[in-house]
This record gives sequence, structure tokens and C-alpha cells, in this order.
Amino acid sequence: MKSKNPPEEPAHEDNFLESSRRDFLKHSGLLTAIAFTPSPLVKAAKSGLDEKIADLYEKVPVSLEVNGVKHQLSIEPRVTLLDLLREQLELTGTKKGCDHGQCGACTVHVDGHRVNSCLTLGVLVSGKKITTIEGLAKGDQLHPMQEAFIKHDGFQCGYCTPGQIMSAVACIREGHANSEHEIREYMSGNICRCGAYPNIVNAIQEVKEGGQPV
Amino acid sequence: MRTGSNSIPSSGGMSRVDGRLKVTGAAKYSAEYEVKGLTYGVLVGSTIAKGTIKSIDIKRAERAPGVLAVITHLNSPKVPGYQSANNTPKGQIRIFYDNKIVYNGQPMALVIANTFERALYAASLVTAQYNNGEHQTRLTDNLQAAFSPKDDNEYKRGDPDAWRSAPVKVEQEYLLPSEVHNPMEMHAIIARWDAEDKITVWDKTQGVKDTQTNIALTFKIPTENVQVNSRFVGGAFGNALQVWPHEIAALIGAKVVKRPVKLVLSRTDMFTSVGYRPHTWQKIAIGATADGKLLGINHHAVGQTSAYEDFAEAPADVSRQLYACANVATSNKISSLDIGSPVWMRGPGYATGCFALESALDELSYQLNIDPIELRMRNYTDVDPESGKPFSGKFLSDAYKLGADDIGWSNRSSKPGSLTKDGWLVGYGMAGGVFVADREPATVRATFTDRGKLILQTAVSDIGPGTATAMVALAADTLNIATENIRFDMGDSSLPPAPQQGGSTIMSSVGSAVFLACKQLIEKFKALGDSSDYAQLLKQNKLPKLEVLIDSKAGTEVDKYAMYSWSVHYVVVHVHPVTGVVKMEKVTCVADSGRIISPKTARSQIIGGAIMGIGMALMEEAVIDHRYGRLMNANLGDYHVPVNADIPQINALFVNKADTNINPIGAKGMGEIALIGMAGAVANAVYNATGIRVRDLPITPDKLLGALPHVA
Repeated sequence: MKSKNPPEEPAHEDNFLESSRRDFLKHSGLLTAIAFTPSPLVKAAKSGLDEKIADLYEKVPVSLEVNGVKHQLSIEPRVTLLDLLREQLELTGTKKGCDHGQCGACTVHVDGHRVNSCLTLGVLVSGKKITTIEGLAKGDQLHPMQEAFIKHDGFQCGYCTPGQIMSAVACIREGHANSEHEIREYMSGNICRCGAYPNIVNAIQEVKEGGQPV
Repeated sequence: MRTGSNSIPSSGGMSRVDGRLKVTGAAKYSAEYEVKGLTYGVLVGSTIAKGTIKSIDIKRAERAPGVLAVITHLNSPKVPGYQSANNTPKGQIRIFYDNKIVYNGQPMALVIANTFERALYAASLVTAQYNNGEHQTRLTDNLQAAFSPKDDNEYKRGDPDAWRSAPVKVEQEYLLPSEVHNPMEMHAIIARWDAEDKITVWDKTQGVKDTQTNIALTFKIPTENVQVNSRFVGGAFGNALQVWPHEIAALIGAKVVKRPVKLVLSRTDMFTSVGYRPHTWQKIAIGATADGKLLGINHHAVGQTSAYEDFAEAPADVSRQLYACANVATSNKISSLDIGSPVWMRGPGYATGCFALESALDELSYQLNIDPIELRMRNYTDVDPESGKPFSGKFLSDAYKLGADDIGWSNRSSKPGSLTKDGWLVGYGMAGGVFVADREPATVRATFTDRGKLILQTAVSDIGPGTATAMVALAADTLNIATENIRFDMGDSSLPPAPQQGGSTIMSSVGSAVFLACKQLIEKFKALGDSSDYAQLLKQNKLPKLEVLIDSKAGTEVDKYAMYSWSVHYVVVHVHPVTGVVKMEKVTCVADSGRIISPKTARSQIIGGAIMGIGMALMEEAVIDHRYGRLMNANLGDYHVPVNADIPQINALFVNKADTNINPIGAKGMGEIALIGMAGAVANAVYNATGIRVRDLPITPDKLLGALPHVA
């Protein structure tokens, strides 16, 4: 739910909030310094182009590699890695379960480390390598963790599953899968409401003990 | 992992038919479809619990970049179905209909923009002024105002006061807090108008047909003009059993902007706007003879509901038929508060009722000094004490024994607080569960092709238990063909009708239809020739395919038998004598739900229900700040659900005896009984470990501190 009655803000903050960014664009002297003069801007606003200009100025260039594919993007700085993947790159395997870093459904690997992509801004992963659930298998050949999840029924509805699997792979890579107890601790950032935890632990143990490269 | 003759390991049995899609991220849930021209909706919720909207300022939101529309009650197009109350989906607030606020967090505006971020930001700019009403949000202050909803009856048999004159008595009150379903997938809909009177939605629902009907009624368009897609559902547990206001809001929004709208609820909205298990007060009085025969039971419940819907569970109903007892009085009342409506949550009513009844029976066992299992066996019945009908199939006594052996019940001490291990108090507890075994009408189309493929089609949803897997297993077994050659189509309202996935009915209802369709195919093949190579038979007869459509429903057996599924849960807990932390050490669940069709998914369903039951017992509680009538912990950080570290290995055992009287396949549902009883088992184990009886869930350490026995 959104905050309807924002707390009292300092005066300058109020002013900023009161004026839309469209107004900001129309009046900002700053823009003169970057090749635009106010006059064409006002003209642009009148002809409805201000939205497109806002679009342009609110975006930041980002280059990142997702599942081995390089992307040159221009995104708003407030876009999370999770929404970038799901809404702009059409990689919906990474799930939104809370958007607050409390459930782990959005877990991906950034340069090999597991992170909550909902707490990571897209602009902060520029230049980094991202692996999502879609990038785990080698073509038709599933990753051993994916095979183990199927075999041990490490899921029911399947919604937390991509996050669980990304976390599980990292859990072994980090060296945190040396006992049932340790696995449970290091997998506790990934909630499964269907309650597949014992099966998830069995799957991770099998992969760990199988010694296959993860 | 532990295994026994009635258990299987997690790796045993057929794997899920949709497993590959789920582990690769290819399974698409409702918010994940690429739809041309998509826009994004974000709801704005009220910040008061009761009153009216005096004014709502949407100007700043409207002027924010990318915003296409801001919809409130002041500018919303009229929803045809809202004009006549009869057509409003049951118990719904009519969204954007008027200025009334009936709960805190009630959606009062929808902001639609061309990106999610822009909609989210603009939603933060909407402000409202209210005329505040005086709200009531505390159930325990409003027990006196409780009333019987119209469709409920107060039940009596024999002498309701018989318990009073019994030699041994228990009379106690039990409290259950509100619990929230919180499936991992948040409610999501993509709503699109294809024409003036034509709609397509990709929507999280437990029943595509019900959603189709509801949307058609609400917008007064022909039912067949509404297409509902819900191929994968990321859990629901009851909270997708009805059409909620946000779904209508998305359709209103799509109409206004003339583009498809994607609306995903926030996790906070998941707490406030799509139901929950109602906070419930119960009082139980039991009287028994000195040798443990029950002489009388009184069980009265008051659950909370909203000011706009008389939503009532029936927690006290368990006391009507769980045990042989001639004198029983039960009632289920509700009290209206200024909060959102509850809705069915896994094991509805029975989970709440069994916690109280099975706790009370445990209390009685200590007073009588009779083992809790023995006490239950002394009051065992094969005849439904309410209707006098025999049970269609009840093997609960087998379940008691299987579970007791598996958990090592003989190691239990009957003296609370007397067992310790490694400095922790050790306690054993058990409790039973029961749920009605309904069979709903279901239609299945079965098509067998000359390439040897079987396609089964019906409009059921799968919220997780593995419906497609179980149906494929059943068809493979019936037709004696490989599972790889069978496809099960579902989650699409254009398919033949099936019931909602709720109330543990799908295996019995759709399973029976699948079975009968396969049987009819076999009959038709027999007419074509004497061979079990069906593809060859079709080719020989120059038929590209054979198709049957089976309507299946319950018959006269419902008049002859009382039909239920049963479960029993056994747990060992360790309780820390200084901190009061309760650790689940060992769990065994036994299901008596007829024949097991799909062992692997059945096992997972039992384990999953048990884990939600552990959450109910030890941590789950939605907390309201009554000054504002607003939930304080509406997020997964503050509302605790079990995580991996909370859960030990769980052994799921199955009696696995067919209920031959209930349906042609002998199988019953187990989604509810997986959870029902678990909270009682944990509470009873905590008492066994500590001598402290906690009657208000959840059993958090603060309720144990100060009274814990000393451990040397």
C-alpha cells in the first residue's frame, strides 16, 4: 500500500515534490547548460514532446551480461534488477515474491554470488555478469541442481523454485552445504510457502554428495 | 531420511509432469505473459479503517510522467453488475463505487502508467482526506456482539449439559490469531478488453470457470465472452477461491486506458485485501467418565468477519463427528469488525476447531492419566455420530498405530517436563485431523490419437499439489500406457468444466472423471478390435482419433455414507529451558485418505501442510494496531512463516487403503488434512515438554518464559 500522507518534508523537498518533473524540465536553467535552450523546450512541452524528453533525461546507460548475452540498455535509475529482467528483458523465470528482500524468490547470481534482485538496482550491476534460472541449464541438459529438484520434488507450485535453485547452487559453491543443519541455515533466506523444505535439503545433499561440478 | 513400509523417500515415485518447466523458469504465471500494449496498474489503499473519503487529490499523480489514468470512485466508469447487489461477487466491496471506507488498506484509487516504476511513483502522490468513523477491530472486545449467520445452525444432540455432571471435566478457552495465506506468488492479473463485450484475463485463480462466471456477471457480458487463463498458479491455499476487487479494478482500468493492464498486488495488499484465516475465539467443555468415555462435549466458536460480509467458518463442527459422544452442543458465530473479509484458508474451520478439540482432549488425558492415543481409541467410532451413517472408509486406528510406531511414542513420558536431552526439554505430542471428502461434478474430454497420444482436458487449476501429475499417473495406470504419452490440459476456461481447486475435492472429482473417461475409451477400443495397441487399432480402422466427453458426479452413495478424510500428526519438540525457544525435532504425519494415486506429490502435499501447521503453531500471527485498525506486520519480515531452518525431516505415511464407497478410484483429497491437527500436536508436545499449556496461538517463547521447568 502506498503512503498517502507523506510525512512533513523540509521546504525545498516540498517544492520538489509539488512540481512534477515535467514542470522541472520546463523551468530548469540547468538544461541550458546541456545544449537545450528553454525556448525549444517550452515548444516541445506544448507539442507533447516533454514526456519523450523526460524519458530521455531520466534514463541512464547500462551494459550488462545476462546468461552470456550482452545488453546495452538505457534504464531509469530506480528500476530494480528484478523488474529489469522481468519487464524489459522478458526473463520471467526470476520471480517477484515480496519486492522487499524478505522472501528470496528473486535470487539471481551477480558475478557468481547470490543476490536478491529486488534489492539491487539495475544501474548498480552495469558491467557485471548476471545468471538467472534461464541460464543455468546447458541447452537441453539440465543443471544437476535442477535434476535433483525434480527428482526429490523440491517444490509444489514452483513459484519460489527458481530462487531456491539459484540459492542452492550458490550454497554449495560457497561451501555452506556440509550438513543438513548447515544447508537449512544457509537456505533460510528462501521462503517456500508450499513447504518443500525437507525435499529441497535432500536435493541439495544429493548434488553435494554426487560431487558434480555446480 | 526415515522410511517405513507406508512411506516413500522424496526421490520415490513418478516425478511431476511440469517439473522441467518449473525448474527452468519456463512455467509462466499470470503476470508473465507478453501482451501487446501492456500498461501497469498500482493500487492506492485507504489509511483509515472506517469512514468516508471527503476528498481525494489525484492531480499530482495525473501529472506524473507516463501516467495514463488515475481512477477513483469519482471518475470510474459504472460497473453494470454493481448496480444490482445480487450480481456483485459474494462478499465483495464494490471497488470505486462510492466513498465508503470499510477497512484500513481498502483500495480507493488505481494509477495506470506505461511502466511499473512510473505507476508506483505516481501512486505515492495520491492523497485523501477522510471523514473518520469510529472503528472496532478487536475481536475479544466484540464477542458479545457475535451472531449466527443465516446459513449456520446451532447444533445439539442428546443433553447439552451432560458434561457438567461428569466425574472428570475440562473447560477451557482457546484463541487463534488471524493467519494469512501468503502464497509466494502475489495476486496478479493481466486484464484486456478484446471488444466492447469481450474480455481476456491471465489471472491467479483456483477456479477458471468460477472466475469466468463472476467477471461475466460483474460486467454483464456473455459468459463465453470471458476467457480466463491460469495455467500456473504460484500457490493460493484458499485466497484465490473468489474474484477480488483488484481483479475488477484491473478490468475497469483496462477499459479506461483502452489497453491491457497488468496489476500485481504488493505483499502488503496480500495481507489486507485477499482474505485470511479469521481470528477465532473458542470455548470447549468436555466431560468424561473416570475410564475416559466422553459423556458430553460443548464447543462454541466466534470468528471475526468484516462489516460487509457474513463470512463464517464452522470450527465447532469437528466436535460433532470426531468422537463417539451422545451429548454434544456446538455453535459457530461471527462478529463483524472494521477489517477486510476473511476467506477460506487451508483446512478452513476444521484446522481452527481441531486445535481446540485436540488440545482439550490432551488436557483430559492428563487429568485421567490415560495415554492420549488410548483415550482417542476409547471414543473411536466407525459410524458418524451426527448422521448415524457409516463412514465410507475410515482407517484412522491404523493411522494412529503407524504414526505412534514411527515417532517412537513408547519413549514418551506421561509426566510433563520430565524428559531432557542435551540440556533441552523434550516433549511428545499428537493430534488428529478430519475434513469432509466431497466429490463435485467434473467433465473431462479424453482424446486418443493414432500416434498413441492421450490428451486429457478439463478446466481445473493447479495451485501446487500436482493435479496434472496425479491425473497423468491415474490415466497411465488405467489405460496401461506410458506417462510420456499423456498430456493434461488445464487452467483455461474454454475447457470442459471442473470444480475450483479447493476443499480437497479435485482428486475425487476430476480423478473420477479421468478414470471414467479412460474406461470408456477402453470400451470403445474393444469395439474396434482385440488389441491393447490402441494407436494401431485406430490406424487399422482409419480413425485419426477417438474422443470421449465424460460428465462425472457423486451418486446415491452420498445418502448411504458419511464421507471424510482423516489424519494424525505426531511431533517431538525440544524446548529450551532458559529462552523458551521451541524446536521441531521430529515430525510424522499419517494420512488416511483412501488410495494414493501419485505417491511423490502426495508425500509433498502432506509435508507441506504439516509445515504450514507448524507455522500456525509456533509463529504465524497477523497483528493489528487497534488505534488505527491497521495491520502492523503486513510483510514477510515481520509476519513469520516457517523457513528451512525451522523444519526437520518430516515423515509422511499413508494408510493407503482404498475408500471403495466414495468414488470409482477409491482416492480422497488430502490438502486440508495435511494441516488440520498439526497445531494441536505441537501445543500438546510443548505441554508434554514443559507442563505449560498454551491455549492462544502461536506458541512464542514469551508465553513460556517464567514458567519453564529447571533443567539440571
